[in-house]
Amino acid sequence: MQPNVNVVSLVSIGRHPQSGRARRAEQDGRAVELGLKLVQDKLTLLHAGNAHETVLRQYAGMGLDGFTVLPQGEGDDAVPVLVAYFKANRQHHSRQIVLTGVNAESGESSGMLPYLLAEQLGWPIVPRIADIVRVDEFEAEVLLALPRGQRRVVTVSLPFIASVDSAAQEPRQSAFARGLRATLTTLDYGSRVDDAVSHWQVAPAKPKPKRLKVVKAKTAADRMKAATAKPVGGGGKVLRNESVEEQAQAIFDLLLEEKVIR
Amino acid sequence: MMLDWLPPTLIGVLLVLAGVGAIRRINLWRAGQAEEVAILAGLMAMPTRYLHDLHHVVDRDKYISRTHVATGGGFVLAMALIVLVHVFGVNNTLLAWALMAALVMMFCGALFVFKRRLNPPSRLSKGPWMRLPKSLLTFSVTFFVLTLPAAGILPDGTGRWVFTLVLSALILLSLSEVLLGMTWGGPMKHAFAGALHLAFHRRSERFGGGRSTGLKPVLFSDNDAVNKVHGVAKPSDFKWNQLLGFDACVQCGRCEAVCPAFAAGQPLNPKKLIQDMVVGFAGGSDAQYAGSPYPDGKGGVQEVGYAKGGADQIITDGLIHPDTLWSCTTCRACVEECPMMIEHVDAIVDMRRFLTLEKGDTPNKGAQVLENIIATDNPNGHSPESRTYWAADQNLALMKDVKKAEVLFWVSDGAFDMRSQRILRAFVTLLKAAKVDVAILGDEERDSGDVARRLGDDATFQSLAKRNLATLSQYRFSTLVTTDPHAFHCLKNEYGDFGSTALDGVEVLHHTTFLNRLVKEGRLRLDTFKGGKVTYHDPCYLGRYNGEYEAPRELLASLGIDIAEMERSAFRSRCCGGGGGAPITDIPGERRIADMRMEDVVSTGAEMVAVGCQQCTAMLEGVVEPRPVVKDIAEILVGQLVEEVH
Ligand code: SF4
Ligand code: SF4
Repeated sequence: MQPNVNVVSLVSIGRHPQSGRARRAEQDGRAVELGLKLVQDKLTLLHAGNAHETVLRQYAGMGLDGFTVLPQGEGDDAVPVLVAYFKANRQHHSRQIVLTGVNAESGESSGMLPYLLAEQLGWPIVPRIADIVRVDEFEAEVLLALPRGQRRVVTVSLPFIASVDSAAQEPRQSAFARGLRATLTTLDYGSRVDDAVSHWQVAPAKPKPKRLKVVKAKTAADRMKAATAKPVGGGGKVLRNESVEEQAQAIFDLLLEEKVIR
Repeated sequence: MMLDWLPPTLIGVLLVLAGVGAIRRINLWRAGQAEEVAILAGLMAMPTRYLHDLHHVVDRDKYISRTHVATGGGFVLAMALIVLVHVFGVNNTLLAWALMAALVMMFCGALFVFKRRLNPPSRLSKGPWMRLPKSLLTFSVTFFVLTLPAAGILPDGTGRWVFTLVLSALILLSLSEVLLGMTWGGPMKHAFAGALHLAFHRRSERFGGGRSTGLKPVLFSDNDAVNKVHGVAKPSDFKWNQLLGFDACVQCGRCEAVCPAFAAGQPLNPKKLIQDMVVGFAGGSDAQYAGSPYPDGKGGVQEVGYAKGGADQIITDGLIHPDTLWSCTTCRACVEECPMMIEHVDAIVDMRRFLTLEKGDTPNKGAQVLENIIATDNPNGHSPESRTYWAADQNLALMKDVKKAEVLFWVSDGAFDMRSQRILRAFVTLLKAAKVDVAILGDEERDSGDVARRLGDDATFQSLAKRNLATLSQYRFSTLVTTDPHAFHCLKNEYGDFGSTALDGVEVLHHTTFLNRLVKEGRLRLDTFKGGKVTYHDPCYLGRYNGEYEAPRELLASLGIDIAEMERSAFRSRCCGGGGGAPITDIPGERRIADMRMEDVVSTGAEMVAVGCQQCTAMLEGVVEPRPVVKDIAEILVGQLVEEVH
């Protein structure tokens, strides 16, 4: 059964790390994927920015008939208009879950947006989630993504904002034609120029020079070995000569330590 | 009791019923989409297309081509004369004798059909097809006897009523097969649908020795199309003449016998696929299918009888599993071998287009590769700025700087791959040795769109094609050469659909063709090759797609190499498994196609296999050692190059 909640996936325009070209952002794609999992095509796909950006259709192509844009100019601040949108929506929608990425791939990409939104709306923020396991009209069981593959279940009451971690289910393929057909709804909640940003100077980051590893390998196989060889030492243990029992015990201890089993 | 009226009446009634069946069948085809064809010209050209083009393919199997000429020719002649003699009662001894001669010819042919069916190879369908020779024999004997009186051999009225009744029963039996079966869906359907298919073929350029291998573009710009489904979801989304084409299949299984995916135990059998298409537009299930089923990818087969379809039902919902479509390497071996000139690859890509464009369901690495191509113009997501790194030490002119050159070298995505770079460098060395005025596009070049197109993403293909054409149109060159047969095919045969003049008057060549010219003009000095035995693997996109079988062979011969040909070479070459995005979608089978091809190589006793494609190189080199060495022809030539000393 589908829960009677309004799930909104808030998406931004991503930037491909190699080509610098606009694309569906990695984590925002995951936010849409999670939204689709929860409420299928009832999901609201929301973007504050340029309504004619074709990348938005890549999100819609994941299985939505339409998407909503709050038109903004270059350098406008997305927060106030989003706050206005959600406040307006609070009246005619029961409960909301807002999903975003952890941080954007372009613009400030400070990851502050979900926090600022939560602060101004007075909603809880659940950072870096991997999944939402259960949802009803009042609360949701959310899986937090912790380092080293660990997970923690927390229960949050609705409405809330969650940022979706890279550990969440990866976004499904976008169907070009489906995106092409998706209808665009634009809603005007005003706009406000972000003064701070207009004073900034943006320059491409320079990669730190890396020390070259000189590989004297002659064959491709040797090169492969050199490239994949792990530095020795560090964490972990290699148990080769111990008895089977000792080896099993070591694995068991590790699982306990990592709280995989209790 | 006189029953003389019975045989003519029977024949007449059955003819009318066959006519009704024909109209029904035609209506089934008309469920497809509109497509312009030259109706009259097609019908007029049909006999030549049959006698020349179709017979040419059938003739690769002499046994069956002779059998078919006797049986088919005898039948057509006999049927025409039967109408004259027995239906219209034309009383002419000469006609009767001619009819009997035709029947004897048909009888002889049918005997050979019968013989082939005694122990049929696995590629042939069984079921009703096993009955066909018997029906043909019955037909010829029955009408022979029936014609005896007209020929004056037996006096009129010999027919006692019992005799007439028996003859009538036999007439009913045999005519049901050859007349009703033709239009109501028996084995003889191939004659009726086949004739019309030849007349209204979607690629009429193929007849008369022509070649037509480029895929047809999906229409996006057309506003009506925005709300229409892209690609083929249901049988009725095919063009009507594609449906007609499926109906022409004789289930000879020649396609099955050459399909590399089928041999590898992947879930594809081109014959079954075409039969499933027929099930699709005619409605029903595949329970009647009596040929080899699809393999299940695990060494067994998929059970027949559970696939269901209808003209307006989604094909991948119960008729065909998507894996069947994704197993195809688009090698065109089936199309090349099909005596009915059916276009399997078109159909497969049409259905893939629906899966990719509408459902977003390209399997395995497909989605990621497409996303990379969209974002970086190369399938592995490398930075577009690193495209020319391979040429850092090659001192190659960039088109951006020189604006014009005699030859533009299209580098292709091999630029990002270390193994392919060796081929690129070898080719550049040869160009320099021959003092060719050459330039490359450098970072302005993009993926040709080949993989995107074969994976069904025609939007991305078209976007790449248009951007590439826009780049090309800024520069002047008379020849474009590439070492990648896939890019070669796109540039030569598929870029023409986008209204650009960038390639007008430009000769697009594969590097082997170009090098062969240089050698013939004496611009390359080469030593004789003294290594061991060498065989040559024809890349599908160079051979079957573009008909270039000679240049690579001439090049090798110019080095004094006497090629140890593989059994499957030239137009019959077996795919390496690398085409059509197959390594990306990676549908499991029992064996790998590349391994099978390497076995072909090994069986010639060759120590080296020469290829003309970086993809083939990658696939064949992926076979575990020990195995023969794999080298591109450019690399072999470079090894024999005599450097001039100044
Ligand atoms: S598709 Fe062509 S080659 Fe294959 S079985 Fe049918 S007629 Fe024969
Ligand atoms: S194109 Fe090649 S792989 Fe595809 S069905 Fe035909 S023979 Fe098989």
